[in-house]
Amino acid sequence: MTDIAGTDGPAFRLDMTSDAAKRRIRKRYAAEARFKAYGLAALAVTTLFVAALVFDIIRNGIPAFTQHSLMMDVAVPADFVPADKRSNPVAIRSADYFPVTRDALKAAIPGIQSRQGERTLVRLLSSGAADELRDRLVADPGLIGKTVRVPLLLSDDADLYFKGSGTPIIKRNGVGTATPSGTTGEITILTSSNDFAAEVVAIKQAAKAKADTLAIEAARLATFGGQSLAPRIAEINAEIAELRARVDSPKVEEVLDGKLPSKLVEINGGLVKLTRLTDISVAGEVLLPLTSAAEAKPGNWRVVTYATPESNRKVSDLEIGYLERLREKGFVENRFNTRFFTAGDSREPELAGIRGALIGSLLTLAVTLVLCVPIGVLAAVYLEEFAAKNRLTDIIEVNINNLAAVPSIVFGLLGLAVFLNFFNFPRSAPLVGGLVLALLVLPTIIIAARAALKAVPPSIKEAALGVGASHQQAVFHHVLPLAMPGIMTGTIIGMAHALGETAPLLMIGMVAFIVDVPGALTDAATVLPVQIYLWSDLPEQAFKLKTAGAIMVLLGFLFLMNGAAIYLRKKFERRW
Amino acid sequence: MDMSQQTMTAARPATGPASVTAKVVARDVNVHYGEKHALKDVNIDIPDKGVTAFIGPSGCGKSTFLRCINRMNDTIPVCRVTGKITIDNQDIYDPALDVVQLRARVGMVFQKPNPFPKSIYENVAYGPRLHGIARSKADLDQIVEMSLKRASIWDEVKNRLQESGTALSGGQQQRLCIARAIAVSPDVILMDEPCSALDPIATAKIEELIDELAKNFCIIIVTHSMQQAARVSQRTAFFHLGLLLEEGETNQMFTNPKHEKTQAYITGRFG
Ligand SMILES: Nc1ncnc2c1ncn2[C@@H]1O[C@H](COP(=O)(O)OP(=O)(O)O)[C@@H](O)[C@H]1O
Ligand SMILES: [Mg+2]
Repeated sequence: MTDIAGTDGPAFRLDMTSDAAKRRIRKRYAAEARFKAYGLAALAVTTLFVAALVFDIIRNGIPAFTQHSLMMDVAVPADFVPADKRSNPVAIRSADYFPVTRDALKAAIPGIQSRQGERTLVRLLSSGAADELRDRLVADPGLIGKTVRVPLLLSDDADLYFKGSGTPIIKRNGVGTATPSGTTGEITILTSSNDFAAEVVAIKQAAKAKADTLAIEAARLATFGGQSLAPRIAEINAEIAELRARVDSPKVEEVLDGKLPSKLVEINGGLVKLTRLTDISVAGEVLLPLTSAAEAKPGNWRVVTYATPESNRKVSDLEIGYLERLREKGFVENRFNTRFFTAGDSREPELAGIRGALIGSLLTLAVTLVLCVPIGVLAAVYLEEFAAKNRLTDIIEVNINNLAAVPSIVFGLLGLAVFLNFFNFPRSAPLVGGLVLALLVLPTIIIAARAALKAVPPSIKEAALGVGASHQQAVFHHVLPLAMPGIMTGTIIGMAHALGETAPLLMIGMVAFIVDVPGALTDAATVLPVQIYLWSDLPEQAFKLKTAGAIMVLLGFLFLMNGAAIYLRKKFERRW
Repeated sequence: MDMSQQTMTAARPATGPASVTAKVVARDVNVHYGEKHALKDVNIDIPDKGVTAFIGPSGCGKSTFLRCINRMNDTIPVCRVTGKITIDNQDIYDPALDVVQLRARVGMVFQKPNPFPKSIYENVAYGPRLHGIARSKADLDQIVEMSLKRASIWDEVKNRLQESGTALSGGQQQRLCIARAIAVSPDVILMDEPCSALDPIATAKIEELIDELAKNFCIIIVTHSMQQAARVSQRTAFFHLGLLLEEGETNQMFTNPKHEKTQAYITGRFG
């Protein structure tokens, strides 16, 4: 160890052994460990958020990519389309498919007599159920007069039921011998054992629980006092008294309503929905007709519970009865939902697709790209390489940077004022959307392009100048090509930004409900994020799935674009 | 060092008196970078065919003067050049003169090797193609081969002409840059500390190459190495604080400097 200060003056020595030195080292280690822990914690939190988000979206979105239909043999009558018109696709298209599909469905579940039952059955199908059949017949008119095996699309509620949003179903075998009084309509069933005691007890318990909660509610209301609440309290007290009476008198038969879990009996190939029950006898309504009124031995009949009360679900007991029957018979198929990618928007969730929005996004982005890249790159090259450095260029530069930070909705207002109101461009058109997004993305691209140009070492330009290239030649032969990967990365990121942009497009009317897939830049259209916004606002549960599915598609594109940007950056990364 | 210095300078006599074939003539050249007066009243005659070395402490204006000769300073907005520089009696600051053509006549090799990030072939072919020197692909091939041979790098790269120029070693890159410069057949080649980023072996190769090129070109080289100046040049100019203090035959300058600052500098007492 050398004495820095020399012979006179204090000795500044590097001290590595004293306690103070050891403390210093420990402190440094502790600080480093702390920093590492903070970093890890921050990373963990972000990862957690991202993972939760992705997981939730995927969990919700995956079911949107499949759809349930009924694979059925549909008999197409010979007179469905008159023989002389079969060569005309329009005639085949405009034929009435409803009776054909209805008949196929009725054949699948025979014996339904009531009009209401029939209507419920037919409503299980989507209004677009026959679309596939229609396409088949148009493609091959020879199928008319034959039986065709096609999938008939189920309605959104039926589809959701099969996707698990219905109710848990509990079945247990009957203990006694059950005797139904008939095969259709209102019937009673007697059993030789007290098969329904448990149900009666459960109902009484539910009634008791309800009475108790009502009592609490009445007490709460009573504390407020006041005359206005008195009738309500009296009403509640009457209900409590009624419930208590029901609980206390064991012999009275219990009435099942939609607020309690549904009870049904499967017997003799039929299904009976119970309305009133005692320990040993039940009365109910036949949902699926029985084959006979013969008595059923123990084990040959079942008590079925739909655990979710009917009033709390979208599908009625009758619908569940039909759907379960269709499933048992093997008609139900879950298939990849191609329609999601080939159809435009629709009011019916099961018919709605993202194609319109996708094409709209594509057209919009095409306009944006075509405008942004040349303008952005030329502006960047000019500013970076040719423009004199003076006040004016300084102001322009500052304002380009400011523009990149302007809230996107402002661009929408600008587009509305300039393109729609002044230039009278059509509303909701990808052309206008593209123009607005171009304004939005332009600063990003200019900034990225300038950064990329600046990153090219000046020695390259000097080399070109040195062999007698003009300034412009040096820029266009050497600097710009070398900056291109950076410019492309910036462009892709800008485009990804544009793809996810919603607010400015709302301002120029791209938020309309548009069924047709746009075919031109001036057609009314919407874009993917706006479609997501539209769907997320609709009340139907099935649209929630669609929303998540569309988000997955959008995120897929965004990941793809960002992946491409990263790939370009990695591939063309240079060390000078 | 002294030994080799003497043998080398002895082995390479000056091509002739400067006045006879003055290629580059500078009269009262002043350069300002904004407020900074970087070069003051420089007057010099540089002969054709042979090597002239500019030496002097760092920041004295060697590079600045060198960059005046191909008007590379034009690219620096704050730089202002006054005075007169002629090449072959033509005023290179004449407004009627096309600066791009001037730069084709005055090649430049930079301190740090700066090949284009393109193939070796493209590096050399760029200049000739730009100036339409080659009429056909065969011509171009020939120019590329000739230039690479004259830059004595042909044997090392002839089998990999399509590989990137940046994949070569530092010394090879610098020789490639020299090949690129001579591919457009310039009259003058400027070299700004061409060996400062290279190891001794690569340096030796470049010096050998400069020797060889000096037979055909007017070479002006900036160097911070006295030994290098002594080894490769026939004439030397000593710059100090923006002034050209002394200029003459290298032999004479190193053995018998006129100016005490020169004496101090070449004996390593400052710099
Ligand atoms: N682009 C520039 N802008 C401003 N001043 C410069 C610039 N280039 C060089 N100078 C100044 O001019 C003087 C001479 O520089 P230079 O010619 O590079 O010296 P050297 O002899 O080391 O090559 C230095 O003082 C330097 O600070
Ligand atoms: Mg220098």
